[in-house]
Amino acid sequence: MTAVLFAAQRISAMVLAFAVCVHLTTILYAVRTGLTAGAILERTRENVWFLAFYSAFVLAIAIHAPIGLRNIVREWTLWRGRSLDVALALFAIMLLLLGMRAALAVYLPIFREPS
Amino acid sequence: MALSQDLLHVEVWRGAAEGSFQSFDVPRREHQTVLDVVTEIQREQDATLAYRFACRVGMCGSCAMVVNGRPRWTCRTRVSEAVGRRGRLKLEPLKNFTVVKDLAVEMTGFFDKWHDAKGHFEPRKAWQDVSQRDFAVVPPDSPERQAADAGIECIGCGVCYSACDVVAWDQTYLGPAALNRAWTLVNDVRDNARAARLHAVSGSTGCHACHSHMNCTEFCPKAISPTYSIAGLKRAMLSRVLGRRS
Repeated sequence: MTAVLFAAQRISAMVLAFAVCVHLTTILYAVRTGLTAGAILERTRENVWFLAFYSAFVLAIAIHAPIGLRNIVREWTLWRGRSLDVALALFAIMLLLLGMRAALAVYLPIFREPS
Repeated sequence: MALSQDLLHVEVWRGAAEGSFQSFDVPRREHQTVLDVVTEIQREQDATLAYRFACRVGMCGSCAMVVNGRPRWTCRTRVSEAVGRRGRLKLEPLKNFTVVKDLAVEMTGFFDKWHDAKGHFEPRKAWQDVSQRDFAVVPPDSPERQAADAGIECIGCGVCYSACDVVAWDQTYLGPAALNRAWTLVNDVRDNARAARLHAVSGSTGCHACHSHMNCTEFCPKAISPTYSIAGLKRAMLSRVLGRRS
């Protein structure tokens, strides 16, 4: 189990290293070129590449963060066992749901605010 | 030969888990080792001082202690290189071990972990490999043998275990020496317990608990790098999880 979690965390870290760079570069580009929220949404709405990228990003976060948090909790506290694993699985699901909600909000046209 | 004017001030741990430092003044001598100092205290000043040594020449590792905060072999540590600017010695038993008395520690738990990490060779049965009914031929320059050789000289002195932060936090952690031993066996092509050994060192108390602080590598008197060995175990486990034979 530990070996599988270790592998999952290292592989998700590789994805995150790439995704964070792209994410930060995009933010810098958007800020420096003065893009408005509307202009950004124009680029992200129904853009499958955008959704695919951020879905992978969110998935990597949902895998990576709970495993790291599990290690920290186990090293710094006496909390162990099934209850800890269940709590962190719920944390992973929460990260996944919140992350995907955010990604879908700027991808799907149904979230568009009335003009 | 005693250096005429000098006395060395030495603080020595007395007691077990509870105790205090006792001060001694010992004549400075040329080429004096820290073990010489401890022996002189025990023979000339306080015969009740408990410590451990055997070979006195850096072969057995039994004289390891914490000297001025650093775990070392006292027989291979000259006073002149250990005292520093203050010209004092502070001698403590190895950390992360149960102290029996004064400077002597209980090593049982340390070696139990070697057993837990399957740190013993398990030979192949002849019928398991028909092509190798004779002695296995292991080329000395093969990558596996080179990796095993890098860690094979460990004599189990406990210096790395004393220096390890992770052991200090979690007494169930197998520790650098046991994991280093496991790594040498993982790379031994004659060994028959690779899968069981990798399983034994992959739990929450195994190689994945290492934080790569490298204290073990810093202090190992044999210049072995248990950190590298532990990293090797992590790589081997990763390959195993991904379904590749490393």
